[in-house]
Amino acid sequence: MADQKVIRLSVKRQQDADSKPYIEEFEIPYRPNMNVISVLMEIRKNPVNAKGEKTTPVVWENVCLEEVCGSCTMLINGKPRQACSALIDQLEQPIHLAPLSTFPVVRDLQVDRQRMFDALKRVKAWIPIDGTFNLGPGPRFPEKKRQWAYELSKCMTCGCCLEACPNVNDRSDFIGPAALSQVRLFNAHPTGEMNKEERLTTIMEAGGINSCGNSQNCVQVCPKGISLTTSIADLYRQTTLQSFKNFFGSYK
Amino acid sequence: MELKRYDNFLRKLHSLAGIIPVGVFLTFHLSLNYTATWGEEAYNQAAGFMVNLPFKLFLETFIIFLPLLFHALYGVYIALQAKHNVNRFHYFRNWSFFLQRITGFIVFIFVAWHVWQTRVQVALGAEPSFGMMADIVDNPLFLVLYIIGIVSSVYHFTNGIFTFLITWGITVSPKSQRVFQYVTLAVFFVLSFIGVRAILAFV
Repeated sequence: MADQKVIRLSVKRQQDADSKPYIEEFEIPYRPNMNVISVLMEIRKNPVNAKGEKTTPVVWENVCLEEVCGSCTMLINGKPRQACSALIDQLEQPIHLAPLSTFPVVRDLQVDRQRMFDALKRVKAWIPIDGTFNLGPGPRFPEKKRQWAYELSKCMTCGCCLEACPNVNDRSDFIGPAALSQVRLFNAHPTGEMNKEERLTTIMEAGGINSCGNSQNCVQVCPKGISLTTSIADLYRQTTLQSFKNFFGSYK
Repeated sequence: MELKRYDNFLRKLHSLAGIIPVGVFLTFHLSLNYTATWGEEAYNQAAGFMVNLPFKLFLETFIIFLPLLFHALYGVYIALQAKHNVNRFHYFRNWSFFLQRITGFIVFIFVAWHVWQTRVQVALGAEPSFGMMADIVDNPLFLVLYIIGIVSSVYHFTNGIFTFLITWGITVSPKSQRVFQYVTLAVFFVLSFIGVRAILAFV
């Protein structure tokens, strides 16, 4: 569109965690090949809104600018996605920007995703190998398994899946799909498998896997194309077997 | 909270109860109703067989009433935790998730009303017969409410089979889930047909 002179933006802003959100509109001179981040940078250079009033620059977070860190995730025209890979030329205008609604807002488009990191700690999404002496090399990772496990390791804790999940909200204690998928990843690892039971026991508690309601929105919105619903279904199988083992006994 | 301590057990029990015995009972019930399409006598004979089962009160309590009550009450507890977002995410499964909860509430009310009109009236001395149902659906509003109730029950049951298979770790791969999505959808149409055809036979 050669005749397009400005990029119109409507941003849901909020001064701090407790203040009321409000909408502010901006008009930025058009340049080809911009993304949402570069438009926000233009506002930062010249913080004037569409009415021509001087305002504060819009606050947002970003780190990698190549869709691998997840920190610039926000609602762009209502959809949770990364601002860095949201190209202006492909977006309908005015472009509506808002912070993710699942997380507490820090300021403007910046949110606090601490609950996701707490969930990873809760499910022990790591492999404990530290000790007082060298344990030597671990068992080998079968190549076929490594290939799908690698896909799960692409999760960047961006929060899109939590935003889309109808069971992640203030009425529910569901930890969300991201942390569950990490349980599958670390349970698949030949060394991580040694702590499998511990992780499964944790996700069988309230707020764990059973809080999933199979709306399957998570797999639709994941920017990394992670098979989250397959992870959840696989963990359903693992936890079902684990609960039988827990009750009937298993000393294999 | 005590409920939370037994979360895994209760969730699995809730999922199971919806299929066995509640779903099986629903299928059986709708099939039995279908005898109404063969005429009043056929229906009365089939219903008479059910009414005269031995240990009827015991069977009713433990195979129908208690599992149904548990499934309904715990289901409400689960459904109230959802914050629906079909307005933002228009995916097929998200709609199914939404409808599963809505039909759950509809069926909750419908079943309570239906039990009041039939089983409770029988307990109070009414004769369970073709005529009893014919009197109820003689009211066009009641007929429409019955059709809504029947189709909602069948939807809730068949979509419940799909989620049951996931919850119990049976369908893991996307392919198996897709196949059973079609299978359960087919079962929805078949059972809906049986149920609606049967209720129309009373008109």
